[in-house]
Amino acid sequence: MHVLESFRIALSALRTNPLRAVLTTLGIVIAVAAVVAVVSIVQGLQFMIVGELQSVGANFIIVLPDMQQQQAPGVVARQIRLTWDDGQAIAREVPGVERITPMVLGKEEVRYRDRRYEPEWVMGVNDDFPEIHNYFVGEGRFFSEIDLRNRRRVVVVGQEVVDELRLGAEPVGREIYVGGRAATVIGVMEEKGQSLGQDFDSLVFVPYDTALTLFGRRAGDQVQLRLKAEPEAVAEVEDGIRRVLRRRHDIPEDDPNDFQILKQDDLLDLYRSILGAVTAVIGGVVGVALVVGGIGIMNIMLVSVTERTREIGLRKAVGARRRDILWQFLIEAVTLSLVGGAIGLAAGYGLGALVTSLLPIDLPPAYVPLWAILLAFGFSAAVGVFFGIYPAGKASRLDPIEALRYE
Amino acid sequence: MALIEIRDLRKTYQMGTEIVRALDGVDLEIDKGEYVAIMGASGSGKSTLMNLLGCLDTPTSGSYRLADTAVEELDDEELAAIRNQEIGFVFQTFNLLSRTTALENVELPLVYAAVSRRERRERAKRALERVGLADRMDHRPNQLSGGQRQRVAIARALVNEPSILLADEPTGNLDSATSTEIMALFDELHRAGNTILLVTHEQDIAEHAERQVVLRDGRVLSDRPTTATA
Repeated sequence: MHVLESFRIALSALRTNPLRAVLTTLGIVIAVAAVVAVVSIVQGLQFMIVGELQSVGANFIIVLPDMQQQQAPGVVARQIRLTWDDGQAIAREVPGVERITPMVLGKEEVRYRDRRYEPEWVMGVNDDFPEIHNYFVGEGRFFSEIDLRNRRRVVVVGQEVVDELRLGAEPVGREIYVGGRAATVIGVMEEKGQSLGQDFDSLVFVPYDTALTLFGRRAGDQVQLRLKAEPEAVAEVEDGIRRVLRRRHDIPEDDPNDFQILKQDDLLDLYRSILGAVTAVIGGVVGVALVVGGIGIMNIMLVSVTERTREIGLRKAVGARRRDILWQFLIEAVTLSLVGGAIGLAAGYGLGALVTSLLPIDLPPAYVPLWAILLAFGFSAAVGVFFGIYPAGKASRLDPIEALRYE
Repeated sequence: MALIEIRDLRKTYQMGTEIVRALDGVDLEIDKGEYVAIMGASGSGKSTLMNLLGCLDTPTSGSYRLADTAVEELDDEELAAIRNQEIGFVFQTFNLLSRTTALENVELPLVYAAVSRRERRERAKRALERVGLADRMDHRPNQLSGGQRQRVAIARALVNEPSILLADEPTGNLDSATSTEIMALFDELHRAGNTILLVTHEQDIAEHAERQVVLRDGRVLSDRPTTATA
């Protein structure tokens, strides 16, 4: 007998009770849907993150004070400091640094007439910031060296800030208040939206020194440094930063750094490891769901074998061999789980698209790679075989005389 | 050479501590084209004999040759093949697959004989025409009367052109009018040259056969031609 024939028999058996078939396979549906949804979302995120990090450039470097060192037990409490003086030392001493800016972040309210708005961050940076971040003003201008040197009271805002404060069609030149201090809007950043978990349009930029005045002097003790290295000198620049900072911070030879250097590669690795961990956790959950789904299939197949004992007896009486019966039930189990896999695939794709569209950040459309589809079907089929083999074997070993007599 | 040759056939079962001799040395020869009724009370061994004749089971000892094949030496797989090729079963309870049409029910033995789909359809149609159900081919069993169901079962038994037609109480679930109708069909099949073995406990059904074999306690009590009565 042909395998194709077994398929026909299996399908007609499932058609007689479609509701039961669907309920039975629900576990598989959920498992596959989860896997497909997660994969599609993670793939989308990865696309986005990789794309954004690459747009920033491979020569983008962040230096952060390493607060964990300060809290590490057993380490003599030492104030972790990273200052703009460190940054300027790096700029002077490390060859290959193209641009460098300090960055301090603060929460301050901005106000224009009677409108108040809490931006995501007020950032104190210098004039190199746009080049380093590949993020420029859309209107007006960014700070100049002269603004910084003369401590001019100027501010550059994101588009959302313009909208929220109702600065109107010509925001440049308006006087707003940042944390209670008046400043003139000299530029509006280009619209960028959500990127790497930050709403860029909701940022307010002030000159670094102005920010220190706003946030208090101590803010200058723990700044971030953001810099752009010459593309071919990224590794050397990283080494140089380490050397300069360790010397300036008097770190003994065997002690760990009290700062962190993040490059694009590190950020990529970081995001990849986070996404990988998420995928692994979901994978574990899905594995459990598949096993539960498989047990459901085994259960219903055992019921089916019992229900159809006489049918099995008859088939044997008219010439079905053991393996014909085995195939019939095994294919029925596999078909059941494959149907579940197919439904799950569609549901998962839909779910992925839905989640993607509901998330507040701009994700690329859900994308299910071919390997995920094959994996989903492969796993479904494997579950069908694994959990179908026992009931099918049981059916195939039935004694035809007993089976025909079964009531 | 007889179609069926049974020599000293024995079948014993272990039931708890007791050994049951269901068949206790049966000799039987049946020629091609014969119409034989196998009779006996329950416990006489007639079901066991039918299972052995139908190659659903193998004897404890003794020999059974069916169309020159030593059945007692066959393994599971070969038994399935010989059931498929040589034996057509008709059961008291019809044993039709309820979800499938009459035509598909009749096709079933051919499915396991690996006959192509088109030929299957063709042969199943002919078998149904032969039992007078040409107009019921696409009906499911629950759309058919008891007599019609048994006709479908007979068509299924015939479709492989088996050496013997093995009917186990074929009228047991039918009313008397329908029984008469079904027995008339068997008589007609016999006249057309089929070898028929009829297992029954009803004397008037057994009268249709040319020869009556009566079992008691696992042995042949009598084996005689049907005397022309009525």
